[in-house]
Amino acid sequence: MTGLAAIGAGLAAIGAGLGIGLIGNKAMEGIARQPEALDGIRGTFILGAALVEGAALIGMILSFLMNS
Amino acid sequence: MRQIVLVFLLFISANTFAQDTTVVNHASSHEVAVEKLDNIYGEVSHTESAEEESPVDVIMNHVADANIYHIATINGKHITFGLPCILWRNNKLSVFSSSRFHHEEVVDGFTLDHHTGKVVDAATGKRSSDLLSYFGATDSSKFIDFSITKNVFTMLLGVLLLTIAFSMVVRSYKRGANVAPKGFQALFEPIFLYIYEDVIKQNLGKKADKYAPYLLSLFFFILIINLIGLIPFFPGGANASGNISFTAVLAICTFLVITLNGNKHYWHHIFAMPGVPKWVLIILTPVEIAGMFVKPFALAMRLFGNITSGHVVILSLVSLIFILGKNGESLGGAFAGSAMAVPFVLFMSALELLVAFLQAYIFTLLSAIFISSAVAEDEHH
Repeated sequence: MTGLAAIGAGLAAIGAGLGIGLIGNKAMEGIARQPEALDGIRGTFILGAALVEGAALIGMILSFLMNS
Repeated sequence: MRQIVLVFLLFISANTFAQDTTVVNHASSHEVAVEKLDNIYGEVSHTESAEEESPVDVIMNHVADANIYHIATINGKHITFGLPCILWRNNKLSVFSSSRFHHEEVVDGFTLDHHTGKVVDAATGKRSSDLLSYFGATDSSKFIDFSITKNVFTMLLGVLLLTIAFSMVVRSYKRGANVAPKGFQALFEPIFLYIYEDVIKQNLGKKADKYAPYLLSLFFFILIINLIGLIPFFPGGANASGNISFTAVLAICTFLVITLNGNKHYWHHIFAMPGVPKWVLIILTPVEIAGMFVKPFALAMRLFGNITSGHVVILSLVSLIFILGKNGESLGGAFAGSAMAVPFVLFMSALELLVAFLQAYIFTLLSAIFISSAVAEDEHH
């Protein structure tokens, strides 16, 4: 059970990594194309990253609870 | 002014509530998790002496709450800062300082578990119960712990620091509006304005001023608790914002603000989403109702997870010194561990400074967005 929970936490981390990577990718592209839109993009980037990360954290915490 | 006082009162009462639920949380899941983790990693450090604490134990005890502030251990002598214990059992209140446990084993039928730093029942060694199981049971050894624990102490310290800092800012504003800001004013004004303009005003528009006191208090309160938690020595170090009860109370505050201020469009969108076929509502309405609770739940989890994982990572890196050094037996290992750990700890601490700001910002931003979605006037009808 412990191993499975650890794998679950790892999968959650992979998902969040991919998600934040994609957001960062597009944010970078957007900023490179339109540097003057930096302020708006930054806020949206952080918001998107936080939402993605929230899902990963819930997965991590659930796996933590499964562990016990 | 009245609103600010109200919000402060809310936070102070939130502290009491947080402390109360802390008991539930730590008594159940944490304890088991600690034991489990100890079983997995315990052998790393449990070399010869069973009395040595494993790194996982140390980390989990740091991350959890405690009734005593452990500052340092020098030559086996513990240097601690006693915190007031307020315990309720059999309709009797016991109030004493936890530093009394240094020279007395048992005070009023309670003793201190030196391993976890928690007050336990002297006879059974059991921890405090939550309100429900206290009033539900007839077991006379059960008690409720209302103590000023490490986390509550940190919260009170944060409230005190913020009150002092902001009253100084207010004083300097009263002195003259046209004077260039200096001191605390110069420190807080850019942060304050950034949050007010970019987060609150942008999301709430005309209604910004109504919710600004709540959201700004939220931001600065989370920020100061995060920062105090990052101080590695005495007044800091408590993992208050990495405590699920603390974050849950803040999330409940946001939930209440959303629910109590939600206008009819908000409720309309939850119970009968306009513009979708009737049969879709059977699926959509439960999802929307669940969404009402998932939003604050995710808020609480995000803050809790980020701060706790930050503390755990830093402490794991510090533990590397003791693991490689085999608890002081291998000097070379300890040096190798330090060479590895110190730069990483420095890096992680710098990252945690960023995270402390970012999480306070995110919590405020998401609260502002949720509130704005609940109070927004419907424009497209």
